[in-house]
Amino acid sequence: MEATAAARVVEHATCTFCGCVCDDIDLTVEGNRITKAKNACVLGKAWFLDHQPEDRRPEALVGGEPATTAAAVEEAARVLATARYPVVYGLSDTTAEAQRVAVEIADRLGACLDTTTSVCHGPSGIAFQEVGEPTCTLGEIKNRADMVIFWGGNPAESHPRHFTKYSVTPKGTYIPNGRKDRYVVLVDVRRTLSARAADLFLQVKPGKDFEVLWALRGLVKGVAIDPAIEAETGIPLATLEALVERMKRARFGVFLFGMGLSMTRGKHYNAAAILTLARDLNQFTRFLAKPMRGHGNVTGADNVVSWSTGYPFGINLGRGYPRFNPGEFTTVDLLVRGEADAALIISADPAANFPQAAIEHLRRIPTVVLDPALSATARIARVAFTTATYGINVAGTVYRMDDVPIRLRPAVPSRYPSDEDVLRAIARRIRELREAPVPASADARAAG
Amino acid sequence: MRSETFILIPGRSTDQGTSVGDKSSAQYQEVTRRLRVNPADLARLGLRAGDRVRLRTGSAEIEVTCLSAGDELPSGMLFIAYGPESSRLLGGETHGTGMPDSKGFQVELIVPDPAADAGPAPPAFRA
Amino acid sequence: MLRVVNGRVYDPANGVDGEVRTLAIRDGRIVAEAELGRNAPTLDARGLLVLPGGVDLHSHIAGPKVNAARKLRPEDHRRAPPVPRTPTTRSGVMGSTPSTFATGYSYARLGYTTVFDAAVPPLGARHAHEELHDTPVIDKGFFVLMGNNEYVLRCLGKGEREKLRHFVAWLLGAAKGYAVKLVNPGGVEVWKQGGGNVKGLDDVVAPHGVTPRQIIVGLTQAVAELGIPHPAHVHANNLGIAGNWATTLETMRAIEGRRAHFAHVQFHSYGGEPGAQPSSRVRELIDYVDGHPNISVDVGQVVFGDTTSMTGDGPLGYFLHNVTGHKWFNGDVEMEEGCGIVPIRYKPGSRVHATQWAIGLEWLLLAKDPWRVVLSTDHPNGGSFLAYPQIVRLLMDREYRKQTMRAVNSKALAKTTLPELDREYSLSEVVIVTRAAPARLLGLSRKGHLGVGADADVAILSPGPDWQQVFEAPRYVIKDGAVLVDDGEVRGDHEGRTYHVEPPWDPAILPELRKWFADFYTIEFENYPVDPEYLARPERIATVTG
Repeated sequence: MEATAAARVVEHATCTFCGCVCDDIDLTVEGNRITKAKNACVLGKAWFLDHQPEDRRPEALVGGEPATTAAAVEEAARVLATARYPVVYGLSDTTAEAQRVAVEIADRLGACLDTTTSVCHGPSGIAFQEVGEPTCTLGEIKNRADMVIFWGGNPAESHPRHFTKYSVTPKGTYIPNGRKDRYVVLVDVRRTLSARAADLFLQVKPGKDFEVLWALRGLVKGVAIDPAIEAETGIPLATLEALVERMKRARFGVFLFGMGLSMTRGKHYNAAAILTLARDLNQFTRFLAKPMRGHGNVTGADNVVSWSTGYPFGINLGRGYPRFNPGEFTTVDLLVRGEADAALIISADPAANFPQAAIEHLRRIPTVVLDPALSATARIARVAFTTATYGINVAGTVYRMDDVPIRLRPAVPSRYPSDEDVLRAIARRIRELREAPVPASADARAAG
Repeated sequence: MRSETFILIPGRSTDQGTSVGDKSSAQYQEVTRRLRVNPADLARLGLRAGDRVRLRTGSAEIEVTCLSAGDELPSGMLFIAYGPESSRLLGGETHGTGMPDSKGFQVELIVPDPAADAGPAPPAFRA
Repeated sequence: MLRVVNGRVYDPANGVDGEVRTLAIRDGRIVAEAELGRNAPTLDARGLLVLPGGVDLHSHIAGPKVNAARKLRPEDHRRAPPVPRTPTTRSGVMGSTPSTFATGYSYARLGYTTVFDAAVPPLGARHAHEELHDTPVIDKGFFVLMGNNEYVLRCLGKGEREKLRHFVAWLLGAAKGYAVKLVNPGGVEVWKQGGGNVKGLDDVVAPHGVTPRQIIVGLTQAVAELGIPHPAHVHANNLGIAGNWATTLETMRAIEGRRAHFAHVQFHSYGGEPGAQPSSRVRELIDYVDGHPNISVDVGQVVFGDTTSMTGDGPLGYFLHNVTGHKWFNGDVEMEEGCGIVPIRYKPGSRVHATQWAIGLEWLLLAKDPWRVVLSTDHPNGGSFLAYPQIVRLLMDREYRKQTMRAVNSKALAKTTLPELDREYSLSEVVIVTRAAPARLLGLSRKGHLGVGADADVAILSPGPDWQQVFEAPRYVIKDGAVLVDDGEVRGDHEGRTYHVEPPWDPAILPELRKWFADFYTIEFENYPVDPEYLARPERIATVTG
C-alpha cells in the first residue's frame, strides 16, 4: 500500500524568484515536495514546483571531492584567511540575515565587497548617488498611478505579476477602475510581449535611450528640440511632444525602468536621465521613478551593504574601513584585471554570466561558493557548499524591489544548512585563524 | 561563409526563467542558444528557422540556432536569452562602472557555408 | 560589579549636584553601596565628572529613510574620517549619515547610551529593526509615523475614535515601535495626492474630510487613553516656512491640555511672511510652553556646516530641493507616509541659517523649565549628533558664544534676542537637557539618572576649560555596568536593548483591517506585523491606562 502524506498548506508564502517578491503565495506541500503554488506566476510556479529536494548531493565539495560541512568550513576559512586580496560577491539570492554575516566576513578579512547589483542596476545606483531618486513603494503605483511608463524592460517575461499586482491592472484608492484609469507606455528597442499591455509602444533605436530622455527633459522645460531627433532615435518629435503633454497632465506618473538602460552604453547616464526627467516633471505633477530590480533579494543586498558600509556595492575594506569605487572594486573589474586572489561567492553564478576574461581568472584562484545548485561557479570552486534554498527551506527577510522588507515562510525542510549557518561557521573560524596565525604549512598548501 | 554586423540584445525570457533552476537541463541549454532574428534579415541571409549560425565578438564565438523574431525586432537587431553562451560574448571593459556592456553591443553574425557546415541540419533547410 | 569612587556626581533627577559620591554597580544596574562585595573592582574617578549616559529622544539613525540618505551621499562619507575596524569592533563611515556600526560607536564615544529614531513608517519597521540590530552599544527604539496613515485619516473622518485607538495600539505592536509620531499631519497625504501641502490646521484633506487639527487632537487623545509612556511626538505643519510660529502656537492650543512633545521646535518658530526672510518668534512660543506643563519640546539646533535633511515630510523635501538645487530623494510609502532627503549646508553668513541657529539657542537659553525643553539637532537635519559637545559649550560658555557670533550674519542676529542673552548653563542643567529630561519625557524610569535601580549607563568626563573638549572625549563610558569606552576607544561590542510598547487592542478591528490591507496594500496582512525575533534584546515598556 502506498502511503500518501497528508497535504498541508503554507499560506502567505513569499516567492523570491524576482524583485516582485510576491508574498501571497499559498503552497501545498505533500511530503517534502511542493505540489501547488497558488497565485504564483509561471516563473514562480517553476521556482516552487521544480524545487528538488536534492538529498543525494554531498553537503560540500572540497577540490571537487565530497566533504563534510565541517571540513569544508575549515578549508573555506583557510582559503579566505590566507588570501591577500579576496572578494566577497553575490548575495542577491539569499536572506538579509545571511547578507549581514557575509558583510561581517568581508569586514574582518579586509576584502572587497560587491554584489550582483554591480552587473544589473549598479549604474542606476551610481545615478541615484548623482541626482537622487523620486520614488515610492509599489502600493503607491497601485493606488495612485494613472500613467505608467515602462522603459528598457520586459516585465511580462521578467516580472510577470508586476502588471496585475502593482502597475497596470490593479484597482486602488484613486484608480477605482484599474486598467481603464491608466495610460500605459512601453519604450524599448524590442517590441516584446510587454508591448501588448501598453497603450503606446515607442520603439527606440538601440543605444539612443539617453537621447530620447534628454529630448523629453528639454520639452518638459520648454526647450525647442530639433526634428532630427526622429532620425537619431527612431521616434518622431510630435510623438515626444504628445507624450510630454500627457505626462504633465497625468495626476501621478511613474517610470519603471529596466536593464535596457543600465546595461547599455551610457549606463549611469541613462539612469540619471530618467531620474532627472521624473524629477523635472514634479514641477507640473507627481512623477516618480523606480528601477525594476531583478533577483529576489538584490534590493536587500543593497540595503544591508549600505547600512553596514555607507555604500551599496563596489567596496574595498582593505584599509580597515569602507571605500567605494565602481570600476575598481567591482567584481568584474577585479577579476578581469587579475587582481583578486580568492573569492567568497554566495548565491550567484559568475562563472556562467561574467565576461570570459573574468571567468578565466576565477578559474585560477581558490573560491568558496555557497549555492543550492551545482552551478558553473560551484563546479570550479575550491570549496563548494550545498545550501538550503531561501524562501523554500529557509526563513529570513527579503527586500522587495521597492525596499519593503518581507518575511519568508519556508515550506519544506532541507538537510542542508542555510547560507547564514555556513557563513557564521566560516566567520567564526576566520576569527580564530586571524587570532592565531595560520601555520606556514597551511600557507604552502594554499599555494599548491 | 558570409558575415554581417548586428546589434545583440541579451535579455530575460519566460523560457529562460522557467528553466534557469536547472542550468544543466536540456531545456535551459536549448533556450539559451536560440537566436531571434528579424524575418527580413533571415530571408536576406538565406536563413530559416532552425539553421545554425555563429556569433562572434572580440571575446568569443558561439554557435546558436536561428528563430524568426516576428515583429519583435527591427532589421539589424538580434535577441538571445541570458545564459552562459550569451555571456561569453561580453567584453571585460566596464568603463569605470563595474558593468560590462551587456546589452546592445555589436556582434558579427556568421553564416557558415553549407559544405563546411558539419551541423545536423538537413540540406532541405537551405533551399 | 564595579565601584566608581571619588568622582563628582551630577544627577539632577536625584538632586545631586557635583558632590563626591560612590557609584555602586551590580548586574548592569546602580545599587546601594552595601550590595557590593568588598572585592568589587574599583574605578577611581578622582577629579572626574560622573554623569548619567546621554539620551537622545529625537534622532534619525535607522530605517528606510536613513539608509536612502546613506546611499545618496557617498561624497559625505568620503570627506569624513573613517571608522576603522578593530579586533572587536566593525568598520564604518561617518559624515552626516553614518553607517549603523559607526553610529552606535560614535554615540557611545560621546557618552550617549540611549537613542530613539523619530520617524519610521510601519511598512519599514522590519527594516528599522534590522538596522538597530546592527547598531551596537546603545539602547534604542523608534517612533511610528501615523499622522498621514490613511486608516487613521479614515477613522477620524468617520468619527470612529474608539476604532482609531485600537488601530493605534495594533499598529504600535505590529511595528514593535515605542511611540506615536505625527509628521506634517495631513500635509504629506496632500503632497502624495498631487504635489501640494496643507497651509493650516483647518485645511481639509480629501477624501477623508479631515483636518490637521482633527488628526492632531485625535492622535494625542488616543495616545493619552492608551497610556503610552511617551506622549504623541509632533512634527507640526508648515515646517521651515516663514510665519509658521502661528501654526505652531495654534497646534499647541489645539491639543487643549493633552500631553504632546513638539519636535525640532526651532524649525517651527519663524515670524515673517511665507517666502520672505524668517524672523524669530521664540518668545511668544516660550511664553506658551512655560505656562503649559503638558507640552515639551526638543530644539532641533542648527549647526553650521554640511549635513543632510531627511524627513518624513515629503513636501518639505521637495521644497528644500527647489531652494538648494541639490539632489533629491523622495519616498512615498503606500497608505502611510512620505519621505524627503536633500543635502544641505548651513552657512553662518546666510541670513536665514543664522536666524535658525540663533533661534535654537534662544529656545535653550530663554526656557524657564529645562525639563521640558531638551537638546537635539534633529540629527542630521539641523546637524550631526557629533555637534552636541559644541552646542553644550555654546550653552555653558558665554564668551565662546559671543566669539562664535562674530562670524555669524550680524543682521540676522540683531533681529533675535540672542545677543542680549547672558545666561550660562550649569553642568547640572546640561545634564537635564541631554539626559534627565529626555529620559523622563520618554517615560524611561531607569534612564537619565544614577539613583538606585537605574541602568548603569554612565559618562565620566575629565574637566577642563573647554566644555566642548570635555564632552567630546569622555574618559570612560559605562554601558550596562561595563566600561565600553576607555579614553575614546570602544573596547568591545555590546548589544543594546530595543524598547517597544504593546498596548492592548480589540481583535474586533481585525476583519475590517484585513479587508483594508487586501484592497490597498501590496503586502499580505499576515506578513505585515514584525515578529518578535527581529528585536535585539527587546524590552517592553508597560503602558498605563486609567
